[in-house]
Amino acid sequence: MNARIGYIASNTFREAVRDRVLYNLIAFAVLLSGAAILVGQISIDIEKLVVINLGLTAVSLFGIVIAIFIGIGLVSKEIEKRTLYTVLSRPVRRWEFIVGKYFGLAGTLVVNTFFMAIGVFAALFYVSHKFVRADALILVALYFIVLEFLIICSLALLFSSFSSPLLSAVFAFSLFVVGSFAEDLRGFAGMAHGLTRWLATGAAYLVPNFSAFNVISSIAHEQPVAAQLIWHNTLYALFYAAMALSGAVLIFERRNLK
Amino acid sequence: MSAIEILGFEKTYMVGFWRKRPKCALSPLHLNVEDGEIFGFLGPNGAGKTTTLKLLMGLVFPTAGSARILGKEWADPEVKAQIGFLPEQPYFYDHLTAHELLNYYAQLSGVPGKERTRRVDAMLQRVGLPDVKGVQLRKFSKGMLQRVGIAQAILHDPKLVFFDEPMSGLDPMGRREVRDLMEQLKHEGKTVFFSTHILSDAEALCDRVAIIHRGELRGVGAIKDLTSNVQGKVEVIWQGTQVPASMKALGAECHVTGDTVRAIINENQQDAAIDALRRERLHLISIVPVRTSLEAYFVEKLQRAETSAGRMA
Repeated sequence: MNARIGYIASNTFREAVRDRVLYNLIAFAVLLSGAAILVGQISIDIEKLVVINLGLTAVSLFGIVIAIFIGIGLVSKEIEKRTLYTVLSRPVRRWEFIVGKYFGLAGTLVVNTFFMAIGVFAALFYVSHKFVRADALILVALYFIVLEFLIICSLALLFSSFSSPLLSAVFAFSLFVVGSFAEDLRGFAGMAHGLTRWLATGAAYLVPNFSAFNVISSIAHEQPVAAQLIWHNTLYALFYAAMALSGAVLIFERRNLK
Repeated sequence: MSAIEILGFEKTYMVGFWRKRPKCALSPLHLNVEDGEIFGFLGPNGAGKTTTLKLLMGLVFPTAGSARILGKEWADPEVKAQIGFLPEQPYFYDHLTAHELLNYYAQLSGVPGKERTRRVDAMLQRVGLPDVKGVQLRKFSKGMLQRVGIAQAILHDPKLVFFDEPMSGLDPMGRREVRDLMEQLKHEGKTVFFSTHILSDAEALCDRVAIIHRGELRGVGAIKDLTSNVQGKVEVIWQGTQVPASMKALGAECHVTGDTVRAIINENQQDAAIDALRRERLHLISIVPVRTSLEAYFVEKLQRAETSAGRMA
């Protein structure tokens, strides 16, 4: 990796880590994992299922909130505060700045997920007093959550490269919600006719298919995940993130920084 | 060699929400800045100074025209390794300490790892901030941020430095220090291009200046040429409070200030004035030609521009 991208990524990571709001969100996520233990204790015989479901959902939702919250300001805040001027007046290409910012945010989310995952495993150990082989499947669910974050980060960055933080947040969150129902949208497209079918099919394949990444429920029931799905999701997430990131670079390369 | 050659830079923005209309921020600008000089870019607020600097830094794209910096195409990223830039009212990552910020900029500018810490420490020393290097920038005053801004602009030892309103936010001592620093940079062989609307700073520092108003270049030249418009008058200063009758007879306008007298006379009467002072045994301090000040030149250029704009309307 280009050294300048690494420096920008590392600065983005440091900025996110020093942001107090981030700690509030993490604290909230840990609290929710703790709540999962309480709920688990009053759910006779399904404590483990409740803990896994609630814990992983908390990791996913708070990660998405963090990704959108930080991602939407990554470029627009730099333009607004003019911190970008002293970066781009150095031998830094605009695409390096965008890619560096992306890796910085993605790195922040991976580290956050790691710590929140420790919370989930601790809660799980508290209710079941031991780990079994099937618990390793939680790692697959966590991996899929990280892949979701990679897509959301790239989308937040894409919107941040041309729009205000508020609008970027609305766009990114809307895409997350629509993407979570992408399979239903594809089903609807299959049933529709004429122009509606074309439009629905286009929209269904354009929005990120987050429903394919949600294996929390099946893992809570100790159902295995097909290796093919892991490969498919990995390639899909990398391709989608690369496309969104390329869009961000194309827009940002032409943008006047008034 | 020219350090900067601006070849017809032009910038027009589209303004308005529904019905977009063009607004010219900069008319075709042609300007040369020589290697090793301190060049002042003068103009009132909103004249186009910052737009020109942003174009040179590649922060905005020109509608037409191009530029060469240090002999290379201005958009060449390699050029940027050899230039430093201080934006107007700089704002930095406030989660970083002064040391971390400068270290980050040093990394981006390609300063080798072994040299980085030494260079950053030396730079903090040079701008008078060695004691607060571990303090986060969110706790810095406006003047301290301006010093950090100057440090980041010269940290990587650039050949050419751009300062946009460098004295802004500084107290008189700070302004003096910045002026000294700019002179040091010149002595080190660097070219300094700075924009300002404070004419006394430009007059004290610059080898040459350009005046810009409403996006158009109104004049360029060496300070000594712009201010050497001798109006056929000389200024005579002598010690004392007494104005001899023979001086009054020459038609001199005399002003007594403290224990000196200042008189303005016609140039062809200076020998007669010296004789008059000698006869009265008064101590002559100086005789110098009356020059147009940079301020007078600046005001005249702007008034002329306003008049022609009024006629056009």
